[in-house]
Parts: sequence; C-alpha cells; structure tokens
Amino acid sequence: MSTTAIESIRSGHSEGLWAALRRSPAALTGSAILVLTLAMAASAGYFFPGDPSEMVAEPMLWPGSDPAYPLGTDSLGRNVAAGIAYGARASLLIALYGTLISVVIGVLVGALAGYHGARLGDVLMRITEVFQTVPSFLLVIVIVAIGNPTVHVIALAIGVSSWPTIARLIRAEFRTLREADFVTAARSQGFSHRAIIVHEILPNALAPLVVTASILVASAILIEAGLAFLGMSDPNTPSWGGMIGSGREQIASAWFLTALPGLAIISVVLAFNMLGDGLNDALNPRLRRYIP
Amino acid sequence: MADRLRILRMARRTLWQAVPTVFGILLLNFLLLRLIPGDAVDVLASESGGATEATLAQWRSHFGLDLNLWQQLLAYLNHLAHLDLGLSPRFNVPVIQLVLERLPNTLVLMVSALALALVVGIAAGAVMASKAGRWPDRVLSLAVLLLYSTPGFWIGLMAVVLFSVTLGWLPSDGSETLGMDLHGVDWLLDRVRHAVLPVLTLATFYVALYARLTRASMLEVQRQDFVRTARAKGLSPARVAIRHVLRNALLPVTTLAGLHFAALLGGAAVTETLFGWPGLGRLTLDAVLSRDYNLLLGILLLSSMLVVVINVSMDLLQAWLDPRIQAD
Repeated sequence: MSTTAIESIRSGHSEGLWAALRRSPAALTGSAILVLTLAMAASAGYFFPGDPSEMVAEPMLWPGSDPAYPLGTDSLGRNVAAGIAYGARASLLIALYGTLISVVIGVLVGALAGYHGARLGDVLMRITEVFQTVPSFLLVIVIVAIGNPTVHVIALAIGVSSWPTIARLIRAEFRTLREADFVTAARSQGFSHRAIIVHEILPNALAPLVVTASILVASAILIEAGLAFLGMSDPNTPSWGGMIGSGREQIASAWFLTALPGLAIISVVLAFNMLGDGLNDALNPRLRRYIP
Repeated sequence: MADRLRILRMARRTLWQAVPTVFGILLLNFLLLRLIPGDAVDVLASESGGATEATLAQWRSHFGLDLNLWQQLLAYLNHLAHLDLGLSPRFNVPVIQLVLERLPNTLVLMVSALALALVVGIAAGAVMASKAGRWPDRVLSLAVLLLYSTPGFWIGLMAVVLFSVTLGWLPSDGSETLGMDLHGVDWLLDRVRHAVLPVLTLATFYVALYARLTRASMLEVQRQDFVRTARAKGLSPARVAIRHVLRNALLPVTTLAGLHFAALLGGAAVTETLFGWPGLGRLTLDAVLSRDYNLLLGILLLSSMLVVVINVSMDLLQAWLDPRIQAD
C-alpha cells in the first residue's frame, strides 16, 4: 500500500466524525447547547462587569422580583445570574483541562500497552487496574486535600483518577489496528514505531476517542460539582457546585439558590452526553463503549 | 466434581491476579502519604497551641515520621501486615477501628441503593428495549438521559425541599431519631424513614445507567437467532422478552454492577455529607476538614481493598453461574 492510500484512509476517518455530527440530531443539539454555554462563559465579563463575588443588591431577592437581577440574589446579596455565567468558566475549564490530562495519560499508556503487548503491556495494564480499583472520587478528594483546591490540582486529580477508561479503549483499538494491512505496509517501508503509533494507528482510533472523551467531560463536570459542593473548590472562583453548596444553607427559605445552578450543570452535562451518544450511534451503532 | 474443580481453579487464578493490584494499591497509598505537605504532628502542634521541639520530635518518632523513605515503606508494610493503619491524630483512635465502626452504615446505604438501581433500572431498560423506537421508549430514553446527566446530590436537595421542607414526610438528617429509645418495629421504621432520601439520592445515577445498559444489551440479544426461533415457535412477545431476551441480556449488566461498587463508595461521600449519614463518606470529609491524612489514606486504602474483595467474589459468582467461563 502506498503512502497516498494511507493518507486517504486517514482523511476518511476525520471526515467521518464531521459527517456523523451532521447526521445526528442529538449530537447537533448537544453542540448547540455547548456553543451557547461557551458564549456565556466568554461574555460573562461583558454582561456582568465587576467581581461576581461582590455584594450588589439586597440579599435573598427572589427571581423576577427585580428586573436588574432576573435570577435573584443569594444570602450575601450576590447576583445569581452573574454567578452562573462566571461559574460556566470554572466548570468548563476544569472539566476540559481534567479530561485533557486523562486523554494524554490514557493514550500514552493505552498505545504502548496495545502496540507492544507482552511484558510492557502487562505491566501497564496492571497499573491501569490499580487506578480502576481505587474508588475514583475518593482518590480525587485525597489528591485535592493533599494539594490545594486550585484549578491545576483539581484538573490533575480528575485526570489521574479517570484515565483508565481511555487507556483501555486505546489499547483495544491498537490491538486490532496493529495487525491491519496499512500498518504492515508502513512497517515494511521501515517506519519507526513512533511514526506508526502517532501517524498511522492513532488517527484511526480518533473517532472512538472523541466519543469517549466527550462522555468523560460530562462526568468531569459532575465530579467538579460534587467537589465544590463539599467545599473543595477554589474559594475565590464562583462555581456551580459551590453555589449549590452555599445555597443549601437557605434551602428551606430560598430553594432557587440550589435549583438554578443545578439546572446549569444538568444542561451542560446533558449536552456533552448527547454529543457523545449521538456521535457514537452515528459512527457505529455497534461500537462497544466502555461506560465507567 | 469437575465443576467444583473448575471453580477452585478459577478461585486460585482470580486470587493470584489480585496480588499485583493489592500491591499497587499499597504503593499508591504510600506515595500519596509521602506527598503530604507538613505532617500530622504540625497540625497537632498548632491545635494544641504550640509545643517544644523535644515534644515535636517525640511525637514524630511516635508516629514513625523520622525514618527515611525505604524504612518508612517497610514500616508501613509491616504495620499493614499487622492490620495496623496507625492512629488518627485527630480522634486519637486507631484508624482501622474508626473505619470499621462506620463501614456498616455505608454498606447499608450502598447495598440498598445498588439493589434499588438494579430493579428500577432493569425494569425501565426492559420496557424501553421492547418498545424500541416507539413513544414509550422515546419518553423513557429522554427521562433516563436527563437522570444520567443530573448530579445525584442536586436531586437529593430537591427531594429535601419537596419531602422534608414542604410536605414534612421524611427526615433529612442523620440515620435515626436522636434521643428516642425505640425498639423492634418502631426502631426499624425510624431507620427506614431516615434511609429513604439518602438511598434515592445515591441510586438515581445508577438507575439511569442500568436502564441504558439493559436497553443496549437487550437490543443486542434481540438480534440473535434463538430469539427468532422462540418467536417462530409462537411464544407470546412478553414471554420471549422476559425469558429469552432479558435473561440473556442480564449477564453483562450484573458484571458491571460489581465494577460500580467502587464508584458508589465515592458517591457515598457526597450523599452522606448531604444527609448527615454517619458512614465512611462523612468520616472522609471530617478527615479532610481536620487535615487528618492518616485517617484519609486509611479510608482510601480500606475502601480499595473492599473493592478488590468485591471484584474477586463477583468473578467467582460469574464462574459459578456461567459454566462457559474457564480458568485457562
């Protein structure tokens, strides 16, 4: 097989991802919600200039009672709408950052284990199994408690506890693909192992990787929200989980303080799940997906 | 006889495979222990309002903090071999005792949640699969996807608003009514009333998960030849769906239920904090707040070991249920 043939296989797959996105109403709806959320996160400073954790009005205004604060204010007189807009930044940043870390670790471990097999593969899969056995949310809590609740530490904790999903997926893909004709062709042309892994096999494993990564982002948002709810988030950055945690004190008198940030979390997690599910169904209805 | 031999062989293999995992978990815990900034003695000293250098050194040697890395690892493994996880500086009680005291409460919560999630999830998934593509499937699929995307603790809080604050039907704090000397049926009813909301909160996500898994698994089985044969024999659709499709579709679902045990242990941390349920999760947060790392890592270690035990027993259960599984 010539290099051009390999090229055509490669470009065929990345086209498949876009075609799948256009074919699936669920994936399109999910993407639309995500674009809106990203716009909200990006424009938070324009619509709500000033610090979102400053007191701006009388505390505990109900939604709709003052047109200047359409979603009301919390017990410290902070604007709930501003908190939700700025909270989108924290949630998306940490979830995407954490998922990126788990994709990097997972692809590295999975590719080496799947490509080389035998000894190295066994050792790597043992390590993967350890991280799969340890309760991941507890591991996240321990890492954040040892470090500090900063964006970097929380993202690292999420990445370190969720990479086995990616590693197992990539390993399975690599085990199938390493025997494929175009890999044999590349090998016979004297390509290095690294070139074969990075340029030949990985692009062909991209579609399932994107599907799994978008599901992982959804679960990363849920993990971040749970941590913030427990008070383990950066105290100076508003986050949706943190808003729920502090609104919980007033749950009897002002339940909207917990309800509204929760709805924000649900819509974004739903969007990532719809994107992942939609792509999965459109790309390959029988694709085995590992669900954590 | 041959079957018993097969299961014994499976048991040997499964246990043997668990050894590196256990060792890896120990190593991970030790590494995390080493990453802790400062140490428990610093916390103790600051809490007791300062201490002399001599007292600090005495405390350090008491907790084994003055040795080098290898000595500490060996000491750590040696202590573990004697089931000694050290003292919790915060509570001044052995860690293992604290964990074992709280474990039953967490297990009650987890087992109830898992059972509820399996029953409701499998039922919903079976309905969805047998009406695939029609409106009951579409409505349920949407509901399940929503549930799948909702933080459990948020549903718990909304349930508190509805059932505790507005309607006043269910308690939202603790695992029993304090200050009441209840016995027999009254005691049990009181416990059950306290458990309803936490169990629901912990189960929500897994209801959605098992519904999705069951639906997918049943659709897979429906395509197979023996199902067509059963239909061709003239069996009623309900009988085919339950006896032929569902029974065969359940194996992958129950396999995963063992794996979800680890995730449930994590979810319990949030649920227990939310409802003041005196289990391991609450203890975890207490350990975080008082920076009691010895206790925190003890909880992580024992929870991981619990997961190993559950995984091994699930493997054996599978081998016992399915004679096709061989120890090769």
